[in-house]
Amino acid sequence: MSQQPALDPAATMDSQETLSREIQQIGEDYAAQSTTETQPRLNFPPYRSSLLRHPTKSLQLADPETIELWAPAFGERDVHPLEADLTIQHNGEPIGERIVVSGRVLDGDGRPVRGQLIELWQANAAGRYMHKRDQHPAPLDPNFTGVGRAITGPNGEYSFTTIKPAPYPWKNHHNAWRPAHIHFSLFGTDFTQRMITQMYFPGDPLFSLDPIYQTIVDPKARERLVATYDHSITSHEWATGYNWDIVLTGSNRTWMESDLGDAHADEEDH
Amino acid sequence: MAQAPDLKLVPTPGQTVGPFFGYALPYEKDSELLAPGHPRSIRLHGTVTDGAGNPIPDALLEIWQPDEHGVVSQETGSLRRDGYTFTGFGRAAVDNVGHFTFTTVNPGPTEEGQAPFIALTLFARGLTNRLFTRIYLPEDTEALAADPLLNAVDAERRDTLIAEREADGALRFDVRLQGEGETVFLAYPRES
Repeated sequence: MSQQPALDPAATMDSQETLSREIQQIGEDYAAQSTTETQPRLNFPPYRSSLLRHPTKSLQLADPETIELWAPAFGERDVHPLEADLTIQHNGEPIGERIVVSGRVLDGDGRPVRGQLIELWQANAAGRYMHKRDQHPAPLDPNFTGVGRAITGPNGEYSFTTIKPAPYPWKNHHNAWRPAHIHFSLFGTDFTQRMITQMYFPGDPLFSLDPIYQTIVDPKARERLVATYDHSITSHEWATGYNWDIVLTGSNRTWMESDLGDAHADEEDH
Repeated sequence: MAQAPDLKLVPTPGQTVGPFFGYALPYEKDSELLAPGHPRSIRLHGTVTDGAGNPIPDALLEIWQPDEHGVVSQETGSLRRDGYTFTGFGRAAVDNVGHFTFTTVNPGPTEEGQAPFIALTLFARGLTNRLFTRIYLPEDTEALAADPLLNAVDAERRDTLIAEREADGALRFDVRLQGEGETVFLAYPRES
């Protein structure tokens, strides 16, 4: 049927060796070039589903106009503070390693992104999503949906209590497994800062094998998606802790001298 | 416009939304910026297709727009809609045949003589980072002809940014990720 996604059946037969060779070649070609790439490549053939889903023409540079220079407003009306705790949404304790993920959302100018929406979703401790199309034969946890939301605080800070997700298989190629990750959705002060990304856990052996993580060809850039284990967030007999700061792009609003002053003041606060 | 200074921090890379956002990002009345059937409401709809022309069944779109008077709302309540407050934000997951529908109003010009548009963000499995574009209204030909972005785009691709008006007042806007009629997607000066 034509509505089937572009999941080329032949592609799923590719071995990890084939995929890893492609990834390695792209990495070598990147290392030989002199420019630095900080974002994922839209065209990254080892991620087979990207083949028919990346624009082939260059993005058009746009001078942002009024509506793009504002972001939608979210607040207490939209999000209850308890939505940041994914372990209390049901009648019992979810299975798995309880973790706290905390950090700050900043913009590219170093200013905290305050009062903005963060949404998060993830697989459970067995690597299964509470989604009808996830048919990976791992147990669902009746006490874990894997969805959370929060509004960032005055310093751009956020904190979620959740369960450490597990790796899970997907059908990009034969024996393809995703590193454990948490999806994050973020808004800035301009709509031009809107982004969705994934947070990973330190030391994951699947990093080099994963075509999605590797869509970011610059090694330093992709390390920005890896959280830090932080014992000061870890709490006694309760949860291990991770720190992950997120940097959005800069605001495109007309720059005034006072903006520069604000940015400087924020920097000194921390 | 004053030249913005270089970024001090390197932005975090984006990643694909993946296929399983379905129980996390969609919410009740997410695509209804105002109630369907409201006298001011119009339908904004279209299909998202891939390079083979096939509909993408796991895409998510967001719109952000001024009201019909060109006012940019800063009201909260986009996630828990009361049915009355126009917040200007909407989110729609496509259906099994790649089709999306928003209920909204025609955006007004935020400044006199400016061509009104709706800002659009697209997410999908297989799309490694979000894409931005604009949906312009077809009517105000003078403002469209003077619009700086439309004038910067190759003439033959310009129409991919302009919605079609249907007989019942609905706006039709198809998104083509690649191939014939590939939609013009945007980058902003301070992206990275």
